[in-house]
Amino acid sequence: MDNIIQVRELTKFYGNNPAVDHISFDIKEGEIFGFLGPNGAGKTTTIRILAGLSQPSFGFALVNGHDVLKEPLKVKKTIGFVPETSNLYGELTSFKNLNYHAELYGVPKRERRTRSLNLLKEFNLIEHQEKPFQTLSRGFKRRLTIATALVHDPKILFLDEPTTGLDVMSARDLRKLIKNLKKKGVTIFLTTHYIPEAESLCDRIAVIVKGKIRVMDTPENIKAQVKDTEILEIALDQVTEEIKNQLSSVKGFEALVISDNQIRIHTKRIDQIILPVIEILKQGAQIKTINTVTPTLEDAFVKITGLDSDIMKINKPEKASV
Amino acid sequence: MKELSKAYFIAKKDLSAYYLKPPLISWGLMLPIAFALAFYFRHPSGIKEVVPGIIGLTLLFSCTSMAAIVITFEKRIGAMERLLLAPLNFRTILLGKTLGSTLFGLMVAVLISLILIPLMGLHIKHFWAFVSIYILSGLTFSLLGILISVGVKEVFEAMTMSNFFRFPMIFLCGVFFPVSEMPFPLPVLSYLLPLTYSVDGLKHSVLGDNATIPLYLDVFILVGFMFSLFSLSLFIFKKRIRQEL
Repeated sequence: MDNIIQVRELTKFYGNNPAVDHISFDIKEGEIFGFLGPNGAGKTTTIRILAGLSQPSFGFALVNGHDVLKEPLKVKKTIGFVPETSNLYGELTSFKNLNYHAELYGVPKRERRTRSLNLLKEFNLIEHQEKPFQTLSRGFKRRLTIATALVHDPKILFLDEPTTGLDVMSARDLRKLIKNLKKKGVTIFLTTHYIPEAESLCDRIAVIVKGKIRVMDTPENIKAQVKDTEILEIALDQVTEEIKNQLSSVKGFEALVISDNQIRIHTKRIDQIILPVIEILKQGAQIKTINTVTPTLEDAFVKITGLDSDIMKINKPEKASV
Repeated sequence: MKELSKAYFIAKKDLSAYYLKPPLISWGLMLPIAFALAFYFRHPSGIKEVVPGIIGLTLLFSCTSMAAIVITFEKRIGAMERLLLAPLNFRTILLGKTLGSTLFGLMVAVLISLILIPLMGLHIKHFWAFVSIYILSGLTFSLLGILISVGVKEVFEAMTMSNFFRFPMIFLCGVFFPVSEMPFPLPVLSYLLPLTYSVDGLKHSVLGDNATIPLYLDVFILVGFMFSLFSLSLFIFKKRIRQEL
């Protein structure tokens, strides 16, 4: 497969701070590529540059063979972009929103109606075609925003945090739709801070933190980086400061993650650390369960980035939607 | 041609989403009617003299009403991003925004003209001059609104700024009081404002000789205003968008 997106040394400064810092990567035609990272990592900045919405301070990017700086209009013709906030026109109906975007993207007049109706059917929105966008539920708004980005039949679809703010069912439905788009040959570049979403959807993932790519590979290969690591998962009735202090002095941990009343210890020497750990815990808390678990992508993320995976659960402040 | 058709689609969407709404239409109609009635009760015999001025005023207020806030509003709600994502250049976007506002302004002004001109026993003496001044005024006033809209960050700033320009024009541009009879230095200010040439041109077409500037000069100056405002708006729009993105 050819590379449909090529990025080299892409950098974007806001003032003196690099939001994106000399990143390079390629995306193959037809794959789902994910940018995984916490808020403020530079995910949105990157896809905005690739979509021609923002200009890089340094570096270059080719999208479908066109330079994003020199040929932004040619780039825009071949891509669809779904921003984090569903920002269609609130006053217009679902059908009119689709038709309007078909007009703006130069879809021939005879095809506009058919394409709009087909997309409404495909995204299960046909019953809502006459409803103004502002009256739709959040899940339907998201679907319509994605449908709109596809009205001109783009080769590449950029999705910025596609399931943020959606309920579980809507998010699941949307993931199915994204997988179906891949089957149709659309190249998808998505950003997410949900590790399970990246794992279930993406062919390849780039983990980005503070504007730099830390690792880029398939979810399986990234997980393989922690294959020699075992994880000891212990549920307690409480986690005191005393316990935290004492655990941090135990040798042989690769990572220690404490969330609520649960402790996850990443180690390659579980047989050597288990007894001292239990001794410490028994002094200040009641142990409810102890398990050893297979490392997940989340565990690999923690190991690679050194960040607590809880940081990924912090959502951006909500923007006003139309 | 493709650029023009895309500008037309933007204008059509703006008309449907923002302009053709009861509050905006009623505001566009009520203001000139209120002015006409106020003048009529004060000075019934002179009402014919001010009809071209009231039509010019209608064009000014209805063309700037939404134009002055449309870009600021769309930037605030994130909808401007949709246009910036589409394969459109900055010029097409501004052209579309201007066209929507102009079509709305012309529609309101035509309604007012259809009421006032026959009601006052007037008739259009130079039809093509009337049409030319109408269209040029509509485009110029819309671009004045667009210039305000691209130059400010908040909707309330746009509204304040548009009133700052519009209200002095009511008194300085020969709508109710001829510019030639104004004390110095007010005429200097009047000749810097586009409504002066719009009202004068309309007086040529409706009242015949009762105007102070040659018609060709009214047309020429309005064309000048139109291109200057468009160029300035485009320059500021590009600069602002690049700064903000």
